[in-house]
Amino acid sequence: MDYSEIKSSFAKSRTGLIGLGILACLVIASIFAIIAIPVETYKNWNNPASWTEFPKSAQPIWVNWVSVKKIPEHMILDSHETVIIQNNVEKIAVQKFGVDYSYDYFPSEFLLNYKTEYSGSPVLHISVTRPDGVTLKLLSSSLPHSEHLTVYSDKIFSTNESIRKNLRLQKDVFSFPVQTKTAKEMIFAKSDNTEVLKGRYEFVVTLEGAEKLDSKFILGGKVFGIAGTDELRRDLAIGLLWGTPVALFIGIVVAIGSVISGLIFGVYSGYKGGLTDESMMRFNDVIYALPALPFLIILSVTTSNSVFLMIGFLMIFGWVGIAKVSRSMALQIKTRQFVDAAKIMGQKDMKIIFRHIIPQIIPYALASIAISVPAAITTEAGLSFLGLGDPTFPTWGQILHDAQSHGAAARGLWWWIVPPGIMVAITGLAFVFIGNALESKVNPKLRR
Amino acid sequence: MGLWKYFLKRGLVLFGVLMATLLLTVLLVGSNMDAILKKGVAIDVRTQIIENKKLVAGFANPNELNSYITNQIEERIKVLGLDEPWYSPNRIGLAMYKILVLDFGHSAFLTSDSGSTLVGDIILEKLPRTILLFTTATIIISTVGIFVGAMSGSKIGSKTDKITSSFAIISSSFPVWWIGLLMIFTFAFWYNIFPARATPLIPSTDSGYLVSLIYHMTLPIITIVMIGFGTWAYLVRNFMAGIMQEDFILVKKIIGVKQRKVIFGSALKNAAPPIITVLALSLSGSLGGAIITEAVFDWPGMGRLYFEAITLMDLPVIIGATYVLTVFFLISIFVSDLLYGYLDPRIKTG
Repeated sequence: MDYSEIKSSFAKSRTGLIGLGILACLVIASIFAIIAIPVETYKNWNNPASWTEFPKSAQPIWVNWVSVKKIPEHMILDSHETVIIQNNVEKIAVQKFGVDYSYDYFPSEFLLNYKTEYSGSPVLHISVTRPDGVTLKLLSSSLPHSEHLTVYSDKIFSTNESIRKNLRLQKDVFSFPVQTKTAKEMIFAKSDNTEVLKGRYEFVVTLEGAEKLDSKFILGGKVFGIAGTDELRRDLAIGLLWGTPVALFIGIVVAIGSVISGLIFGVYSGYKGGLTDESMMRFNDVIYALPALPFLIILSVTTSNSVFLMIGFLMIFGWVGIAKVSRSMALQIKTRQFVDAAKIMGQKDMKIIFRHIIPQIIPYALASIAISVPAAITTEAGLSFLGLGDPTFPTWGQILHDAQSHGAAARGLWWWIVPPGIMVAITGLAFVFIGNALESKVNPKLRR
Repeated sequence: MGLWKYFLKRGLVLFGVLMATLLLTVLLVGSNMDAILKKGVAIDVRTQIIENKKLVAGFANPNELNSYITNQIEERIKVLGLDEPWYSPNRIGLAMYKILVLDFGHSAFLTSDSGSTLVGDIILEKLPRTILLFTTATIIISTVGIFVGAMSGSKIGSKTDKITSSFAIISSSFPVWWIGLLMIFTFAFWYNIFPARATPLIPSTDSGYLVSLIYHMTLPIITIVMIGFGTWAYLVRNFMAGIMQEDFILVKKIIGVKQRKVIFGSALKNAAPPIITVLALSLSGSLGGAIITEAVFDWPGMGRLYFEAITLMDLPVIIGATYVLTVFFLISIFVSDLLYGYLDPRIKTG
């Protein structure tokens, strides 16, 4: 069979082209992930410390596009600008955070994370100017006294009791009773009723008596990023994007490895024939009859959960079917005249196999590679789902494992379950489409 | 005689597989098993001695008692043959023999509902539930699949055929367990029709247990059938497609035998051998695939047992469950071989 013929007939197959299109998108996504998202972020996927600034189980941001009531977005504001004011007594460092708040619910919480360098005893003030022009004082507290220049960092939460007390002292602003209200319900409320006041808020952090101030203001919300976050505060977009190259790598390496080894095994067995063939095929039968999934589980439980080892194990169970088919193909091809001719010319067996027989089967092998990829990806996803994945290489299956162990399905955290599964399915579908289109051309049984 | 020779050959291969599986399992978990066994012996000996008040009273100080216990443990280990390294042929042989006669010993952590720690008891308790769920599902899948497949296979290129084929291809690339998660989300969280966990909450002695079990079973069954029948229909369709082109079918059509009779009478009968083979394989295959599906639905069968055993690293249970699954798998391969040989006359003549 001619390659240009395969190519032209493949170009006519609609599903084949769709598959190729999906695959191209996945490759682009992989390249984007590798370039745009630092490897460190990905490597820290299972490190809770690197995700503390992110919201817990936040929905994707585009939920707001379809819902009538807008859910507050989680905002991480990093102030790059510190204004130093010099008055007659001391230096004052000021940082400002502007927030356009146009949501229908109160934020979940807010948090100021700051770091400073000082000597003496500086005083920290936090205040907020609301869209209606009212300025509320939130906090004034002095930092611990220090004789020498020290580096100091701390976090101030909106649940801080003194913020609430300060706000209650300013209860004249509000025309409703504030005794039972929390800090965020006062700061972000209209002055005449308990609804959310929309508009631009400006939080001002001043530190009297220090020259350095580096702070981050986190306004907690319930939507974040294009894919939301999970219970462990991880940004799912990163896991999903980085999962693409990993899944493609696993799928393609397993498929190529098992097809090539199956091809060589089968062709050698078929070409040699006789006792060699018989014993090789019985060995094939043994591997074929091994229950793959229980064995893969035992193997990864007892050895290690390295992803490369798993790729090897998946290959062990992947080659048997291909070996059987390529053996029967070799049996046919070896009766052809060019093989006889090569034999008479005195060529070695190995040379005949690699020069004359295998090239005949290559189109079939290509189709088999494409068809084996989805199985490898779903099996890896399944093993990861059982918690046997490699924690240094987060995959879609592992995201689903975490979702399952946090009861995401029963709690309705759909953004944690749906996207990883769709990614697995789409990737599988791409290869199934390509494989089917190829196979219908190269497999004589299916040609009509 | 060709048939008997064929069966004998298959039987030998499958026995070889069983032995290979056992050997592999024992080799893989041997060193860990060894540690567990020794720990078990040490605990046994220690409790026996401590409970023997008279013996304990005879010792002057705790150090003496401890050295006595250590000696006793070493002696017991020697008696049991555990002093040899785990990879010695003797011990591997013994371990394989024990598993072969279904003596899996005691589990390390897990117990059966009735409190037994014998691995055999635990498996006996879980196995019927897995069979209940997956056999029911497979029967539904195969019935629906054969019907739909035969319909679409008799008219390649028709609308039914196109829909079935594309559904089969698309559904086969979705992992069953992921669909399971979605089903739980939709029907347990969103609509609140079925319970999220498939384990009935009432005790198994209660009279309403069976009803509750079937109610809890509905969601998993719907999921398995939904994902499974497409592939089935596609397989049957492909078998049928070949047969529908045979001359005898054409003749039957020409002489005016009704379409339905041709499809379900003549064509399906001829497609039976491969279909039955696939049926036998999928029955046992579903037991293996059940590991993940049961974990999703929390169905109290073999699959969840396996999952729990892995999480707790309960090696005796893992070995026992693997062995049982392998045996089922091999039996079904063998049965399908038998049926194939029986149904397909070409095998008999060799």
